[in-house]
Amino acid sequence: MKPPPFAYHDPTTIEEAADLIGRLDNAMPLAGGQSLMPMLNFRVVAPDHLIDLNRVAGLSYIDIKDGAGRFGAMTRQRDIEFSADVAKTFPVIHQALKHVGHRQTRNRGTIGGSLCHLDPSAELVNMVALHDGVLEAASRGGRREIRIADWVRGIMTNALEPGELLTGVMLKAWPVGHGSAFEEFARRHGDFAITAVSCLLTLERGTINRAALCVSGMGPAPVRVVEAERLLVGAKPGHDAFRAAAVVAQALDAMSDAYVTAAYRKHLARVLTYRALQRAVARAGGQG
Amino acid sequence: MGWFGASIKRKEDPAFLTGRGRYVDDIALPGMLHAVVLRSPHGHAAIRGIDKRAALSLPGVHAVFIHTDLPESMQRQTVPLLVPSPTIKQALMPYCLAKEEVCFVGEPIAIVVADSRYLAEDAAALVDIDFEPLPAVADCAQGLKPGAPPAHRGSPNNLAAFIPINVGNADAAFAQAAHVFREQIFQHRGGPFFMECRGMIAVPDVASDTLTIYVSSQGPHRHKRVLLDLMDWADHQLRIVTPDVGGGFGPKGSFYAEYGALAAAALAMRRPIKWIEDRHENFLSTQQERDQYWDVEIAVDAEARILGLRGTLTHDAGAYLPWGVVLPWIAATSVPGPYVIRNFHLDVSVAFTNKVPTSPVRGAGRPEAAVVMERLMDRVARELKLDRAEVRRRNFITPEQMPYKVGIIFRDGRPVTYDSGDYPVCQREALAAVDYEGFRARQAREEGRYIGLGIGNAVEATGLGPYESATVRVSTSGKLTVYTGATPQGQSHKTTLAQIAADHFGCTPDDITIVTADTAATGLGVGSFAARTAVNAGSSVHLASAQVAQKIKQFAAQMMEVAEQDVVLESGYAKVAGSDVKRSFREVAAVAVGMPGFSMAGGPSPGLEATSHFTPDQSTYSNGTHIAEVEVDIETGQVTVTRYLVMHDCGTVINPMVVEGQIVGGVIHGVGNAFFERLIYDDQAQPVSTHFGEYLLPLATDSPSVEVLHMETPSPLNPLGLKGAGEGGTIAAIAALLSAVENALEPFGVHIAEAPITPQRIVELLGEHALGRTR
Repeated sequence: MKPPPFAYHDPTTIEEAADLIGRLDNAMPLAGGQSLMPMLNFRVVAPDHLIDLNRVAGLSYIDIKDGAGRFGAMTRQRDIEFSADVAKTFPVIHQALKHVGHRQTRNRGTIGGSLCHLDPSAELVNMVALHDGVLEAASRGGRREIRIADWVRGIMTNALEPGELLTGVMLKAWPVGHGSAFEEFARRHGDFAITAVSCLLTLERGTINRAALCVSGMGPAPVRVVEAERLLVGAKPGHDAFRAAAVVAQALDAMSDAYVTAAYRKHLARVLTYRALQRAVARAGGQG
Repeated sequence: MGWFGASIKRKEDPAFLTGRGRYVDDIALPGMLHAVVLRSPHGHAAIRGIDKRAALSLPGVHAVFIHTDLPESMQRQTVPLLVPSPTIKQALMPYCLAKEEVCFVGEPIAIVVADSRYLAEDAAALVDIDFEPLPAVADCAQGLKPGAPPAHRGSPNNLAAFIPINVGNADAAFAQAAHVFREQIFQHRGGPFFMECRGMIAVPDVASDTLTIYVSSQGPHRHKRVLLDLMDWADHQLRIVTPDVGGGFGPKGSFYAEYGALAAAALAMRRPIKWIEDRHENFLSTQQERDQYWDVEIAVDAEARILGLRGTLTHDAGAYLPWGVVLPWIAATSVPGPYVIRNFHLDVSVAFTNKVPTSPVRGAGRPEAAVVMERLMDRVARELKLDRAEVRRRNFITPEQMPYKVGIIFRDGRPVTYDSGDYPVCQREALAAVDYEGFRARQAREEGRYIGLGIGNAVEATGLGPYESATVRVSTSGKLTVYTGATPQGQSHKTTLAQIAADHFGCTPDDITIVTADTAATGLGVGSFAARTAVNAGSSVHLASAQVAQKIKQFAAQMMEVAEQDVVLESGYAKVAGSDVKRSFREVAAVAVGMPGFSMAGGPSPGLEATSHFTPDQSTYSNGTHIAEVEVDIETGQVTVTRYLVMHDCGTVINPMVVEGQIVGGVIHGVGNAFFERLIYDDQAQPVSTHFGEYLLPLATDSPSVEVLHMETPSPLNPLGLKGAGEGGTIAAIAALLSAVENALEPFGVHIAEAPITPQRIVELLGEHALGRTR
């Protein structure tokens, strides 16, 4: 469990980092290292060059204004968790972050690292999908934006082109007073979720008038349960609406592995969707 | 007297807590090279050829050793089987490096030696091995079926051993039973997963043709015995030392094939070689406890009294038999536990598979036996509509029946005879402590919540012989040192053994240095496993200390010209009772070694030193009752342990705080076995669970707060009344936890017959009920 040989680069500006990643063959960027370092030690990856982003200026920020939140790719998960602005404007992100690994890993782990690594159960990927986020990438050729819907290209495969670096992500805030919930089932606290469900909704005169529902753990990427969202809009919160949405979530495709069956993931999608809706409605001040 | 029985803080802790522990990997020697053990990637394969040229061409790589590079004595013989048994049909053991066949993923094939571990890993990837994959046996029950491929080429079948256990006449008992119930139970226990992986440094001394080995182990003396055999060497040529050890739990007691190969490599290189097992290797190569299939029936009379028990056990040996049949033997013979079972028949089949060998892990088969027995007791209670505790009470062995002959022959060849204990009172007190009578009412009150209580009773054979060594010596500087073959891995021996000795010398435990696990310090030694150190080493320290204290008094009496019985030992001095006249231990020790030319004839024998090898007649039996309370979320299957209580009896207690730590740790181990730990293999015996992201140990957040209560029934079998305490926390834990989960799910008729039990499995067993509120 020792990494194979690689050259280490330590850029300090985005331009310098983009130049290295554009110029060097078989190069990988190093963010918080909470996944990459074990993968190096297991020799699952063998880059010739490691480009350390930890000293690059201008990649760590939380900027919430004008109904949107902008996060630098190297912003530590722990900083987002402790941001009062995030807790106020994006309460669901605050809730979700408590499920991301452990304090020790959140001190190092970054939002950009999590988005690039793309573990199927990663809470932060779910959050960006829930908010229809837009990712920002830089390369020697300039900058471009990538919608989250176009970001996941397969299991643990993102949409960055060779020579591109993720620099940040933008999320649109939901209106003050919205309800939110993040429900996750993992074997132990801090483990990657078997299934996780997030939910945002707003109520008007006792009726749901906007809803977003996102399920992770079922396939390579978090899934927005569009059909359930449609069912919920215009519905009175309560058992019938929650159950209907939960049944839709259960019907999503799911993967099996050596430990967890597809049937169990689907069952959890149903149970957690129901719970998420119940909690989100309560937080929005509704009954159900 | 006064240190024995006191909850003093551990002498070990200041060093451990301030980073001054000294583990094998902390040892760095000049000129030391680093080794990687190249292991089989196949569950079963023939080796057609090995090409090391590419690996050897890498700068910084010194050598690649394969089977044919080993000394003749290691090519000729396999690692010896240390615990033979007439029940063994095929005594298969590995060569130090695989010869022409590999039989599990992780079997050592080559040793790659380089300037650094990094380089050695780079080179290991370049060793080109031509394998011919062979069919593999991935499951012990499947492996015994006709037509299964052999786990070892050329074997007639996969039956490693067959152990029939017969007490009384089970079939006759079943014929007259009022009720017969059958349980088929699959049990899986994972590995030891100590915090410090295995490791070894071999240091050759080319001037004297000797070798010193530092190895993380549970006893260097048995390792020495094996290596002397493998190298055809004399006693003086080999010294083995075990420094601080970060956990052992059983499998660190085994001699692993690569240890022989590493010793040979160091001798050939004429330089020290270090090998440290990394966590990936640990999953592949450290022995595990793994799979057992039980199929058992219990016969009871109309009052739920046990008439007999019969059935079969199929045990997964893995590829070799490092501990013979000790593990399945203990499992089988531990089934009766604290209950009277006059008729018992169990046929135990031990099967080879193409997986890493199995050997005892903390509890050593007893947790599985307790699960079987306690599942049966719950079943009888449910079927006969009786209270679960009452069924157990009716079947307990009573104190009046002690010493109680179970009728079974234990693995030491002696009849299993429980020496002492009060099982009915133990259970009664445990139940009272958790308000068992009130539990049904609490359960009924909790609308929509599913809470359950489980009971686990167990008896544990502890303090197994043959002996443990203790040499107590007062050096001429006056310092007191105890040398012992006991090999601590976290058990606090340096504290508890010092407590025993201190009382003899009128000093404090801090005044006594305990030197453990060095074959140069004690000629004989056995090691620490099987909850045996307090009984064996503790008794030896007690006996040797008494002799040395006596000698101090004899010499001091002569020096002070008083009667021996007037001398008392206090604060490093031999004093004349009631006066100021005294001699320091240093002065007495100097006199005791004598002066050149001056006769000591007629006086006490020279030296303030004594050695004892306390040899118990048989095991002494600890016991305990565990009560678990759980809540089950029926929608997710998640189990939360809400309360856990242990009533434990390990005889007299040297240090209650240390025993409590052992029990709490043991219970957490049981929580892991009951709910989390599972080593998955695919159908070609390829391990799937090879890191802690997939093999789940209980975290602090999964660990209940454990309440520990003590009873003290002294053992009549040793001078201090001691019994072992290292495994009792684990043994009844799985049984109690499964019982609690089943009790919580009683409204749904869910029956638990497997361990570990996962949330997913609970949801499967609940079926439609798991829809809960979402229905």
